[in-house]
Amino acid sequence: MRPVYAVSGGLSKFAKARPDKTFQAVVKEAYDYAIEDLGLEFRQFTELVDGSVASYFSDHFARQLMAGIMAQDYLGLCPKPGHRVEGGGATGGICFQEGWKNIASGLMDVCVTYGFETMSHVNTWKGNEFIALASDVSLDYPVGGFYSGYYAMMVTRHMKEFGTTVEQLATVSVKNHINAYHNPYAQKRNRYTIEDVRQAPMVAWPLTRLDICVMSDGAAAVILCSEEGLTKLEAASGRRIPRVKVTGVGRGTDAMRMADRPHQTLEEFLEHNALPHEIDNEETRSYYADLWKRGFRYPGLHSFRAGRMASKMAYEQAGVVDPGAEIDFIELHDAYTSSEIQTYEDMGLCRYGEGGPFATAGTTFVPGIDYGLDLVDTPVCPVNPSGGLIACGHPVGATGLMQAVFAMWQLQGRIEEHFGDSTLQLEGARRGAIHSHAGTGTYVTVSILEAED
Amino acid sequence: MTDSKKLPDKIEESDEGQILFSVPFPVELNEEALQGLKGLRPIIIKQPYSIDYIHSYGQDSPFFAGLASRVLLGCRVPDTGYTYANPRAHDMYTGEPTDWVQLPEEGRIHAFTVCHFGSEEFLPQTPFALVLVEFEGTDTLFLSRLLGVDPHAASLEWIGMPIKARFLRNSKFKPTDVYFVPAA
Repeated sequence: MRPVYAVSGGLSKFAKARPDKTFQAVVKEAYDYAIEDLGLEFRQFTELVDGSVASYFSDHFARQLMAGIMAQDYLGLCPKPGHRVEGGGATGGICFQEGWKNIASGLMDVCVTYGFETMSHVNTWKGNEFIALASDVSLDYPVGGFYSGYYAMMVTRHMKEFGTTVEQLATVSVKNHINAYHNPYAQKRNRYTIEDVRQAPMVAWPLTRLDICVMSDGAAAVILCSEEGLTKLEAASGRRIPRVKVTGVGRGTDAMRMADRPHQTLEEFLEHNALPHEIDNEETRSYYADLWKRGFRYPGLHSFRAGRMASKMAYEQAGVVDPGAEIDFIELHDAYTSSEIQTYEDMGLCRYGEGGPFATAGTTFVPGIDYGLDLVDTPVCPVNPSGGLIACGHPVGATGLMQAVFAMWQLQGRIEEHFGDSTLQLEGARRGAIHSHAGTGTYVTVSILEAED
Repeated sequence: MTDSKKLPDKIEESDEGQILFSVPFPVELNEEALQGLKGLRPIIIKQPYSIDYIHSYGQDSPFFAGLASRVLLGCRVPDTGYTYANPRAHDMYTGEPTDWVQLPEEGRIHAFTVCHFGSEEFLPQTPFALVLVEFEGTDTLFLSRLLGVDPHAASLEWIGMPIKARFLRNSKFKPTDVYFVPAA
């Protein structure tokens, strides 16, 4: 596999609705920004780019089949190779990794990945219905198809098994919303308290409206290249591009129906799913043995096996052994406050069952921001410094690419340049992870990005 | 006057509207008028979309036939005994065909929620409770509705509660032909 670099990105401002433009023109905003950020003219980039990958989740939202080619056409990328990918909420993360494949395989030297979603075409309730159609339409959807309901069931199980509290969930919402206050691309830039989150309208017990991300219209684009591609882009722009290398790409899957997920033994978990730093630690092995004695089974409802396997694969490639200590920040798919907590555990930032207290400790917060919370620990690995899906919005096909753009800007040390505010720039950030998640944890991608001198 | 007697301060938006056959447009298309077109607000129309699918339950059909006969069916792997509390014609571990087995009518709540909002189709039914049911002798769970509880008194204490199946007399051939109520 050849080395792959993420060199440039762009975003449209995520918004509740963008009736002023069609989806192609919104994608062009992100695309043009990425080209301009490279210091190139449109025609120069068109000449250098070898092909593309397009990302959008729902043909129902688009009300248009083959929308990918319509964006390709509008961006002036025809007749270059391109295709559309779809994998629920992880569509953007999958798109990023398909772009990586195009470069790593030697098929292309410069590849643009772009994604979008136009969720405002229907009202919120119909939108929830479209999303719920991403559950089994024979057996799950007809029972009361509603993703917030599915996630709320996971929450009740997490709370019952581990004592996780609604206040711990709410802390994630407070953190991500306050981070987004400094991100001009975010849809929601509000300061909330734990009380605000708990007093928001109840959606699916115990999740309130502020525990859940919002629907958005938006687009994102990321340009990936090989070393040869980098040379060509730098020759054309006449400037050096800060190096951000993609050092790991992992992907995992799990059964479509949550009900069908296994309840594995400790031995099976240790053989297939445990991370090296868990296996090598005697105290952790003993902790897990105790969990199983108390009736814990893996992954059950409370854990995302797909997220664990995606992390494991990406860490192995990137040489990450102790993720909490070796990753400087994570852009994590927080469609729900609860799924951020569940994913801390899947990604090995803490042990299974410890996500609740881990969320409130302080290690996942951005240094220098006053959250109005009593945090015991200092920040170690900020999670969702951008504000995540909860505050930035979740225009599904764009979301995973949005994470890649924010992560790249972090690692390039250029947050202030793009945000007009340096608050969210993490000093000395060298390695970041992006995590994209579909369905009830059906497809999950984890990609590792690293700054290179 | 108390707050409760006030008129609402916002009219709810709806998708209803007028049929429009023409819109304002420059009478004379000179250069200035053409430039001005870029400053216009977008035209937004309503596009209805409705379709009836002819949906087959295929190999899972006996499950729905079972519900219509007040029987809950699961699937068991002959060699290993692994039992799915859902229709599944082939085992995900051995790849082997499964056999139909009758599930018990009583189980326990493994996880639950009460939905106060929902998808458009289910919005009129809110609040409604969803449960994942665990049955003795099965290895997986079953998604269903829970009735007979106070939706405003949701509590983690519900987890582990014994519940029993009830069936619709007039089957709709949907998974909601069965639902659960507290067994006690």
